[in-house]
Amino acid sequence: MKNFKLKHFINYAIVSALLIFGVVMFLTGNLRPSTAQLFAQMGYGIILAVSLNLVVGFLGELSLGHAGFMCVGAYIGGLFAVVLKQSGLDMKLPVLIISMLVGGLFAALFGFIIGLPSLRLKGDYLAIVTLAFGEIVRNIFMNQKVFGGAKGLTTGTLIYDTRKSPTLFIVVFIVAILMLILVQNLVKSKHGRAITAIRDNEIAAKAMGINVTFYKLFVFVVAAFFAGCAGVIYAHTTTPVLYSFFSYNYSIEILVMVVLGGMGSITGSIISAVFITAMNFVLQSQLSGDLASLKNVVYAVILIIVVVFGNAPALKSFRERYNISAFFERFRKQDASKRRDDEAKWARVPSKIKMDALLSTDMAPDSDESIHGDIGADNDKGGNK
Amino acid sequence: MITLIDGLSLGSIYALIALGYTMVYGIAKMLNFAHGDVIMVGAYAIVITLSYTASPAVAIIAAVILCTILGVAIEKIAYKPLRGASPLAVLITAIGVSYFLQGIAQLVFGSQPRPVSAVWRQLPKIPLLNDLGITTAAAVTLVCGVIIMVALNLFIKCTKTGRAMLAVSEDRGAAVLMGINVNRIITVTFAIGSALAAFAGMFYLFQIPNAEPTLGAMPGITAFTAAVIGGIGSIPGAMVGGILLGVVEKLCLASPLSSYTVAIKFSLLIVILLVKPTGLLGKITREKV
Repeated sequence: MKNFKLKHFINYAIVSALLIFGVVMFLTGNLRPSTAQLFAQMGYGIILAVSLNLVVGFLGELSLGHAGFMCVGAYIGGLFAVVLKQSGLDMKLPVLIISMLVGGLFAALFGFIIGLPSLRLKGDYLAIVTLAFGEIVRNIFMNQKVFGGAKGLTTGTLIYDTRKSPTLFIVVFIVAILMLILVQNLVKSKHGRAITAIRDNEIAAKAMGINVTFYKLFVFVVAAFFAGCAGVIYAHTTTPVLYSFFSYNYSIEILVMVVLGGMGSITGSIISAVFITAMNFVLQSQLSGDLASLKNVVYAVILIIVVVFGNAPALKSFRERYNISAFFERFRKQDASKRRDDEAKWARVPSKIKMDALLSTDMAPDSDESIHGDIGADNDKGGNK
Repeated sequence: MITLIDGLSLGSIYALIALGYTMVYGIAKMLNFAHGDVIMVGAYAIVITLSYTASPAVAIIAAVILCTILGVAIEKIAYKPLRGASPLAVLITAIGVSYFLQGIAQLVFGSQPRPVSAVWRQLPKIPLLNDLGITTAAAVTLVCGVIIMVALNLFIKCTKTGRAMLAVSEDRGAAVLMGINVNRIITVTFAIGSALAAFAGMFYLFQIPNAEPTLGAMPGITAFTAAVIGGIGSIPGAMVGGILLGVVEKLCLASPLSSYTVAIKFSLLIVILLVKPTGLLGKITREKV
C-alpha cells in the first residue's frame, strides 16, 4: 500500500518540480520568453499524454485522433476567450479558466460522439475511425468563417507576455496537477479497476457485471475533456490557431509519448512528454532550413530503436538482465533476494505426490510437523505484506 | 460523366495503394503506416530519373525496383524483429519508419517541391477520348490500374505463391503445418505491396503538379480508409473501397461542397463502419473467450 502512494507522489513531485523550477527562474529573472513557451508546451504535453494514456493504456483502445479533440478545444475555447475579451472582461486569469472549461466541455461532447462508434467497433477499426474523426474536425473548422477560415483563428489578444508574469505556465501546471489527482484517483478506484478489466478481457468484464458501454464512453469523454483543455492552453500560447497543426502527425506524436513512457504508466507518460517536448524544442532551435528535417530522422530512429529493443521477442533475455525496474527492486523494502527465498519456500509446499506420502502412516511425525510449521510461517508473512 | 471517369481513375490509384495495405494486414496482421511514404519514394524516383533521362519506361522500372527493395528492406529491418510482439509495438515502429522516410526524403531531395518533368506532363493525345473531354492521364491510369488488379488477382488465384499467401492470411498456424514458409511469404507480400505503391506513386504524379516529401501522406490515409471500408484483409474489398472513395472524392470536388471533401470522405468511412463494423466485404469473426 505504501508503494502505491509513493508511485502517485512521484508524479505530483515531477510536475511540481517543473513548476517551482519555472517560478524560481522567473523570480531570478532568468526566464527567457522561449523557455516560458517551452514550459507551457511541456505542461500541455503532459496533459495530452496522460489523457491519451487513459484511453490507450488503461482502456486498451487505440486512438489516433487525440489532436482532433485538442483542435475542438483550441478553436472553440479560443473563440470563446476572444469574445469574452471583446465583451469587456479584461482579466486574463478568469478568461483563461472559463474558456478552458468551455473548450473542455465541447471537446468532451465530441468525445462522447466519437465514443459511440467505439461501442460497436474494435481494435484497428476503431483506430481508423478516430483518425478519420481528427481529419473531419480539422476540415470542418477550416471551412468556418467564424473561426477565421483557412487563415486560422487569431488569438493575439490572449497571448501572455511572459516577461511580465509567468501566469500561463503556472496555470498550466496547476491544471496538470489537478488532472493527475483526478486521473490517479480514478485509476485506483473501483471504476479504474473496471476500466482495466475491460482492457484485459472485455467478455470476462461483461460477465462480471461491468457496464462496458458506460465505461468506454466515460473514458473517451474524460480524455477528450482534458485534450480540449490542452487545446485552449495552446490557443493562449500561439496565434493564429491553425487547423494544420492538429494533423494526424500530432496525434501520433502524442501516441509516441504514451508508448515511449510505457502504456498504463502515468509516470512514464509524464517523463516522456517532458523529454520529447524538450527534444523537439532543442532540435528545432538548433537545426535550420533543410536540416530541420534531421529532427524527424533522429526522432524516428530513437522511436524505432526503443520499440524494437523493448519488444523484440529475440531480445527478451537481454531486457531482463538490464531492466530498470529490476534495478529499483533493490531499493524496495522487500528486496528481490528475500522474495526469491519466499518463492523457494512456497515451492516446497507439498505437491500432490508428496501429499500422498504425507498422508501415509509411514511418515515420521516430526518431519510432518516441520512441513506444517513452514506453511504457517509463510502465511503469517503473507499477512504482513 | 467526365467526373465519373476522373473519379474512377483516382479510385484505381487508391485501390492500388489500398491493396498494399490490405495484403500486408491480411498476412502479417499489421497496419503498415509507412506505405504512404513508399508511394512518395516511388514518385520521387520517377521525378529524379526523368531529370536524367527522357525515357518514361526507364523511370517506371527504376521506381518499381527501388520501391520493391525498399519495402523488403523495411520489413527485414524494422518489422521482422518484432514478429510475435504486441500489435501496438509494430504499429509504432511502422509510424517511426514513416517519419524516417519523410525525414530522409527532406534531407536528400530538399523540402522544396520539385516540379514533375515535362516528359511526364505531355502525354500523347488520344483522338476520340480527348474530344470527349477525358484526359489521357485518366484513361492511362484507369486502364493500367485495371490491368494490374486483374494480374494481381490471377497471381493470387493461380500461382503457388499466391495461394500460399491466401493460406497464410486464412490461418497462419495451419499454413505453417502445411509446409509454407511464412517468413518468405511475408517478404513476398511486402515486395508486391511496395511495387504496387510504386505504380500508384507514378499515377499519382498525374494528379499533382509537384513532388513533395509529404506527398504520400494524404493518398496513404485515404487508401487506408478505403481498405478499411472494403473490409481490411480482403483483396476485392480494397479495390471496391478504393474506387468508391475515388469517385466520391471527385464528385465532391465537382459539387458546391468541394471544401468539405475530406470531411465527407471520412464521414463515409464512419457511416459504413457503423452499419457494417467489418467493412463492406470483411469477414465477421465471432469472438471467443
